[in-house]
Amino acid sequence: MLRPFARSLRVAGFFLGVAFFVILAAFPFYWMVITAFKQNSDLYKVTNIPFWFNEPPTLEHVKYLFEETLFARWLLNSLVIGVCVTAITLITAIPAGYSLARMTSRKGEALGIMIFLTYLVPPTLLFLPLSRIIAELGLQNSMWSLVLVYPTFTIPFCSWLLMGFFKALPVEIEEAAIVDGCSLFGAFIKMAIPLSVPAILTVMIFTFTLTLQEFVYALTFISSSDQKPITLGVSTDLIRGDVFFWGEIMAGALIAAIPVAIAYNLFLDRFIAGITGGAVK
Amino acid sequence: MAVIAEPVVKPVPRFRFILDRREVLETILVAPAILYVLLLVGLPLLLAVYYSLSAYTIYNPTWKFVGLANFEQILQNPTFLDTLRNTFIFTFGSQLLGLVLGKFGAFLLLQPFPGRKIVRALIILPFAVPVALATIAWQWMFDSLYSVINWTMIAAGILTRDEAPNWLGNPYLAMLCIVIINAWRFFPFAIVIFLAGITAVPQDVIDAATVDGAGFWRRNYQIILPMILPIVAIGLIFGIVFTFTDLSIVFLLTMGGPGGATSVLGFAGFQTGIVSGDVAHGAAISLFMLPVLLVVVIFMLRFIRRREI
Repeated sequence: MLRPFARSLRVAGFFLGVAFFVILAAFPFYWMVITAFKQNSDLYKVTNIPFWFNEPPTLEHVKYLFEETLFARWLLNSLVIGVCVTAITLITAIPAGYSLARMTSRKGEALGIMIFLTYLVPPTLLFLPLSRIIAELGLQNSMWSLVLVYPTFTIPFCSWLLMGFFKALPVEIEEAAIVDGCSLFGAFIKMAIPLSVPAILTVMIFTFTLTLQEFVYALTFISSSDQKPITLGVSTDLIRGDVFFWGEIMAGALIAAIPVAIAYNLFLDRFIAGITGGAVK
Repeated sequence: MAVIAEPVVKPVPRFRFILDRREVLETILVAPAILYVLLLVGLPLLLAVYYSLSAYTIYNPTWKFVGLANFEQILQNPTFLDTLRNTFIFTFGSQLLGLVLGKFGAFLLLQPFPGRKIVRALIILPFAVPVALATIAWQWMFDSLYSVINWTMIAAGILTRDEAPNWLGNPYLAMLCIVIINAWRFFPFAIVIFLAGITAVPQDVIDAATVDGAGFWRRNYQIILPMILPIVAIGLIFGIVFTFTDLSIVFLLTMGGPGGATSVLGFAGFQTGIVSGDVAHGAAISLFMLPVLLVVVIFMLRFIRRREI
């Protein structure tokens, strides 16, 4: 008699645990959605139950965001920065990853580890000298400074990821191409790259999301509103004096967060395999 | 008679010839990445060290060498010691909380149940979303007047409106807030790391232990935990490095306040070096991160070497 009872108690406990984690992780996002579509009169009334709409939902905040603020401009800035950084990263990291994967000597391994360790050098250690360098180059207060600086963390990260992928690619394919008259460089261009398109796609997505997530460099280098990327714009520019426009801020945060969240969920396993450096087989 | 095409010997340009030497090609391919990193990570790092030993400010960009004077002044400042302590509390508090949550979460997500994919996708959210945006959402949840957390506690009868805490206005609660947010941001990462480790443990090892009479706890702590330790260590290293050097959560949520109670190294370096323009002292403050980073790097190198043997 007791056993089925004990079992159902365990199942209930299990789902309670799962529910706890889901609420913990997702509640702030639920809260973003609710806030973004609530009317102000509903939002700022402490007697209302805050968890759902007491008055009909509204698109007023989203409209305000696009019509009265630089939100669209920030989106565009982020897009331009993301595309340029991704291009720079691919051009440098694909050859580097390939070369590191094919180097057989001790030197290759040491170089690979060195490149990876630079990923761990934090922006808060580099932002002072970099801001002076950027001022020297005349790029202060311009989004192009971010295009210059963001590859400092995307290149190490992506070279490391690509190195892992190229290592998994059998050398024999390239050797066969070379026997058939392909040059060494040609084997890389015509064989290795086409065969690693899925890996390159992953790297593109991650570079793009890394640029969207970055905050410290953007905060340090850019102060004029029309040059800000989306993350910085939403978190620092929608606050007028001491007044927070919570509806607009949450709507902006939501729009900026959705693409990154989707990308991460799709590519998470590759990401984890990449940063643990193939420790998981 | 079939005509067999003669192989045409094309004159090979010198350039092609060089590219066909393996070492040369490898060097050329890796060079752009190395150069980029040397110029924009290596050089600034050296520059940061030099700034910290100079009297450089934005208003007076001098290269005058002052030795360790900046460091001495910083260490004599009692608020800096608080900053240092805050950084350690912030880092280790949030990593510990994140690890505990991660272990439990992984334990739950290991069992198959309907809707597991969706649950996983939802649980990943805190790690995926840009931290600045998530911090803003938390700031709204900790709002002094409209805090949903306070509202719930009042509605549940735990508190009255007069007793409701001012989360970001109280030094201890503010510290708790930034620890919670950072733990919240990292626990999905910890879950994924634990899951990756546990699923990589061969099932026959676990079966063998079970046959030999190892119970649930013994299997968990004497078989599985030692086997997944390397991968957990790597995850933890990432967590520590990115938390110890973090600036965004504190900058957006508390501005180091109230009264410096949540000021951390990254934030102090930013305030001194960028906002006040005292580059020399700012660089010196930031360089206090270096010892921790070095320990992490050494640990990492030792770990990588051990794995490859």
